[in-house]
Amino acid sequence: MSGLAFNGTVASLTRRSLLGRKRTLVLALLPLALLALCIFARVLGGIDSGIERELSGRLAPDLLAAFGIAILMPLLGLIAGTGAIGPEIDEGSIVYLLAKPLNRYSIIVTKLVVAVGVVVGFGVLPVAVAGVVLTGEVGAVTVAFTVGALAAGVAYAAVFLLLAVASRNAVVLGLIYALIWESLVGGLVPGAQALSIQQWSLAVVERLLGDDASRLGVDAAVGLGTGLTLLVVVTVAATVYAGRRLQTLRLNDET
Amino acid sequence: MSVVELDKVSRWFGNVVAVNDVTMRLDTGVTGLLGPNGAGKSTLINMMAGFLAPSAGTVTLDGRPLYRDPEIYREVGLVPEREEMYDAVSGWNFVLANAKLHQLPDPESAARQAIATVEMADAQDRDIRTYSKGMKQRIKMATAIVHEPTVLLLDEPFNGMDPRQRMHLMELLHELGDQGRTILFSSHILEEVEQIAARIEVMVSGRHAASGDFREIRRLMTQRPHQYTIRSSDDRALASAMIAEPCTSGVELSVDPHGVSAVQVQATDYSAFVHALPRLASRHGIRLLEVHPADESLESVFSYLVSR
Repeated sequence: MSGLAFNGTVASLTRRSLLGRKRTLVLALLPLALLALCIFARVLGGIDSGIERELSGRLAPDLLAAFGIAILMPLLGLIAGTGAIGPEIDEGSIVYLLAKPLNRYSIIVTKLVVAVGVVVGFGVLPVAVAGVVLTGEVGAVTVAFTVGALAAGVAYAAVFLLLAVASRNAVVLGLIYALIWESLVGGLVPGAQALSIQQWSLAVVERLLGDDASRLGVDAAVGLGTGLTLLVVVTVAATVYAGRRLQTLRLNDET
Repeated sequence: MSVVELDKVSRWFGNVVAVNDVTMRLDTGVTGLLGPNGAGKSTLINMMAGFLAPSAGTVTLDGRPLYRDPEIYREVGLVPEREEMYDAVSGWNFVLANAKLHQLPDPESAARQAIATVEMADAQDRDIRTYSKGMKQRIKMATAIVHEPTVLLLDEPFNGMDPRQRMHLMELLHELGDQGRTILFSSHILEEVEQIAARIEVMVSGRHAASGDFREIRRLMTQRPHQYTIRSSDDRALASAMIAEPCTSGVELSVDPHGVSAVQVQATDYSAFVHALPRLASRHGIRLLEVHPADESLESVFSYLVSR
């Protein structure tokens, strides 16, 4: 039996079902909206020197944090993470992977890699481009938010992949986490922010910005050590647990 | 040669018992798993395919427990009941992907061979989403035999097939059985099973109701007591004449809510009864208005087997 290795055939099947025409369109809409917003801000900056000053100050990090890290990454993580395995489990076609002498962890790791690939293509790269558009350079802001988006995207994809293996209501649960817990509860209850992938990845952004972070208004709820540790622990734990769940996955709930 | 053995296997889901104390041994050749819908056939196949742990008892392949051991799939092929596959992939690419997932040394030639066996070479380049139900069934079959398994499990494989495809699959199963493979397929249609299976296992309500040669099962089914509802010009006279016949074990006069009377007859010997009834009616000058078998549903036939 193969070990934990990435499996090209599983990846190819996953990519084909994940990137159907409609889903690709939905996936492309989100980064296009971000880029449109950034280009609009840039154009306004060209007209109005006040906005131009804002763009080199707090406006660019604010837009990248609010739209890139807080909206784009959880939604893409949700679509890619659950989409990498959820439909196969719902339809039952996962049986063609499970009835093979394949390590279950290798199936999960492969699907996570594909999901992260989608998140990078439709989320992390657009955040990088948005950073360049807003700031006009590949500077600290662009690099920091690109790395932060990558860290968030990997963690979201891993958590939502696990949700798809563990629950038939993964999309609803994922939306509740991303929209209600991280955005609403996190905004009202300071303690809740400590349990938020968004804040953990912002800690990465804050550290990469260094002394400029406070001037640019980037202030994560947790320190880099805590944020990075939690990102790694959650990603690894979610992947391992998803593999375990896949070993005992019940194919159809027959009574 | 592989042997699948179930020893005192039960499986329950919460309070519902899906499979109840089943002991069964599958040897080489084709075995039919017969039973009405909801009898526990799919649960049993899921346990034999290693996807479901028995709540009690053991399910083994050549002595090895099947549950949670991906290595068994080198020897086991499965045709699931559900139709969904990877619809955006062509038949060829899907069978080839299955061959690669089995880590076969020459996946291309294995896929070509499997597709030829199920006669899908002409349509292999089309996406699966464009296939008819029967074509999907054949591609499913190709994925299950691509690694030449010694055990082949098929869950309701004839569903949705037209008579020609059905005949072809039957021939194929015969052939695979003759090659010394252990093949089990489930069905709820007796005629389907008896055409190919040398041996039949009958499941009813989660229990192993009968086991053996199909002729034996067929005899049990036709020789069971039959219930008839008869309406005639003189029900009382017919009832008294019927109870005197040795082929009946019970006669009852009944009146339905609309005031229509009838005779309920329990016949112990089906063949003697169908000969005696017109003879008796004629002798007593009774006109038969309606003769209706009351319990011909498959479920009632199976229920009889369970209650024996």
